Amino acid sequence: MSDLLQFLASGVTVGAVYALVALGFTIIYNASDVVNFAQGEFVMLGGMISVAGVAAGLPLPLAALIAIAVTSAIGVALNTFAIEPARGAPVVSLIIITIGASIFIRGVTQIVLGKGTHRLPSFSGDEPLHVFGATVLPQSLWVTAGAVAIFVALWLFFTRTLTGRAVLATSNNRLAAQLVGINTRFVMTLSFALSAAIGALAGVLITPILPTSFEVGISLALKGFAAAMLGGMGSPKGALTGGLLLGLMEALTAGYISSHYKDAVAFFVILAVLFAFPRGLYGSNPTERV
Amino acid sequence: MRLSSKQSTLLVLAALMIISPFFFPSNYYYRVGSLVFVNAIAVVGIVILTGYAGQISLGHAGFVGIGGYACALLPVHLGVPPALAVVLGAVLSGAVAYGVGRPILRLKGYYLAVASLGFGVLVAMVLANEGWLTGGPDGIKVPDPGLRALLESLGITLTNPQFWYAFCGLVLFVGAWLALNLHDSPTGRALRALHGSEVAARTAGVDVAKAKLNAFVISAVYASVAGSLLALQNRLITPDVAGFMHSIELVTMAVLGGAGSVLGGIFGAALLTLLPQVLTVLQDYEHVVLGLVMMLVMIFLPAGLIPSARRLLRGRGE
Repeated sequence: MSDLLQFLASGVTVGAVYALVALGFTIIYNASDVVNFAQGEFVMLGGMISVAGVAAGLPLPLAALIAIAVTSAIGVALNTFAIEPARGAPVVSLIIITIGASIFIRGVTQIVLGKGTHRLPSFSGDEPLHVFGATVLPQSLWVTAGAVAIFVALWLFFTRTLTGRAVLATSNNRLAAQLVGINTRFVMTLSFALSAAIGALAGVLITPILPTSFEVGISLALKGFAAAMLGGMGSPKGALTGGLLLGLMEALTAGYISSHYKDAVAFFVILAVLFAFPRGLYGSNPTERV
Repeated sequence: MRLSSKQSTLLVLAALMIISPFFFPSNYYYRVGSLVFVNAIAVVGIVILTGYAGQISLGHAGFVGIGGYACALLPVHLGVPPALAVVLGAVLSGAVAYGVGRPILRLKGYYLAVASLGFGVLVAMVLANEGWLTGGPDGIKVPDPGLRALLESLGITLTNPQFWYAFCGLVLFVGAWLALNLHDSPTGRALRALHGSEVAARTAGVDVAKAKLNAFVISAVYASVAGSLLALQNRLITPDVAGFMHSIELVTMAVLGGAGSVLGGIFGAALLTLLPQVLTVLQDYEHVVLGLVMMLVMIFLPAGLIPSARRLLRGRGE
């Protein structure tokens, strides 16, 4: 029983990070129909830049803010210089552009911040908490709470503010949104900034638990992409569900079956879900236009 | 006499393959050349799947892995000669592609991408984790196919890299010829029709599901043969060849050179195989340059290098 609780706790922590990465995919996909494979690099940048800031003597909150701001700027630059010029390109080309961007970002990070593996100090100590026989790191609570806060804030933003509704309108129908006077270019810029900021924040939250290096982005991107697909690309609710499910499945597989195959089971379940629901759990099923 | 596009493609390919060695200062260049050919074989398969039929696969390295490990495992465990293992590996890959393709090809765009990606990851993971059979992450030795010895007994003496350069070049040439023939065959026309619009193709009587499956199986066989040749010439195979990054490399090669054209795919394979060899001079800047090349080509030449160049030339001629 305490084993199960332990696995569930670690599954939720990792799942929260996957959900945040998946949310980043979702926001950009809704605004631009692009699946941004550089999403994992935002998480990596969030972690790496805060580590550099702390190493330079800055207090952690300031370093984290700088990391989030810089990553957002990089997200905007990605949109302006790589995505916007290639508007309307086929899916394969867009995949290659964003993978190219992720290799590029990784390369620059490796040159500027080095090849080392780093860890941030925990926000509130490393003394584990004991809950019903399971040990939980305080940082896990930070990660989970951070993810919840981000999801609530975004939900409020999308449903209660004019700008948020403009983003939703653009994702529903870009042309119609333009016709009612929404600046869709601004919406795209905003989406990339937002998505990069969320990725960076996830990076800051998780780096005390999972050490970071310039290479961690790619596997996070794959897991986040899989989580977003599992939930149904384009649905924030799907991102949350997909991320948590993926995290839990991994933790349970690692705990009860074999840690070697934890990634495998995740992808296996995704294949199974896609067979049954070809557009993910919450995906819409639009008819094809001729 | 005016040459058709197919004949001129084959002629250019053959000429490049035969003339290049005259400029090779050492055996190392034959080795790089044969690596180009091996990648190009797999990429020609991607050209059929992505360029002709418009389907995305981010897991084709899985089939490269199946082909490669077939050459390592079948001779040892079943006593099959390595040359025959290439064929059996290709049959196995085709069968796996048939089984996997039926369900996943119903998916479109990014969903197909993640499903194929999942397949590739699973293959790579089995190869890395089932150490008792596959030798684990360090890879496994591959027996010598004895083809070079056979040639020697016929009086043709080649160094090892020279032999593989010639052999892989030959296989690539045949593969390219088949792919070009496919392009204009009824199957190829069906694939290109469904690339344009699935609904329109279906209306015109194309069995869309079957056509997609055909393309998937054919491209899997190309990938498998490439994997086998890689394993046989390296005498070693590791799970990396089945990994996600290798799948991405293959798709990038095809799209960078021009996924719609066989020559474009081969050119892309050559470019991305040679680039890292050249970029080692840049050391730490290797990734930066590679990422930049990928982005710039896709932004400014979305059709890929060869089709864009061809359009430019044709524009001048008029």
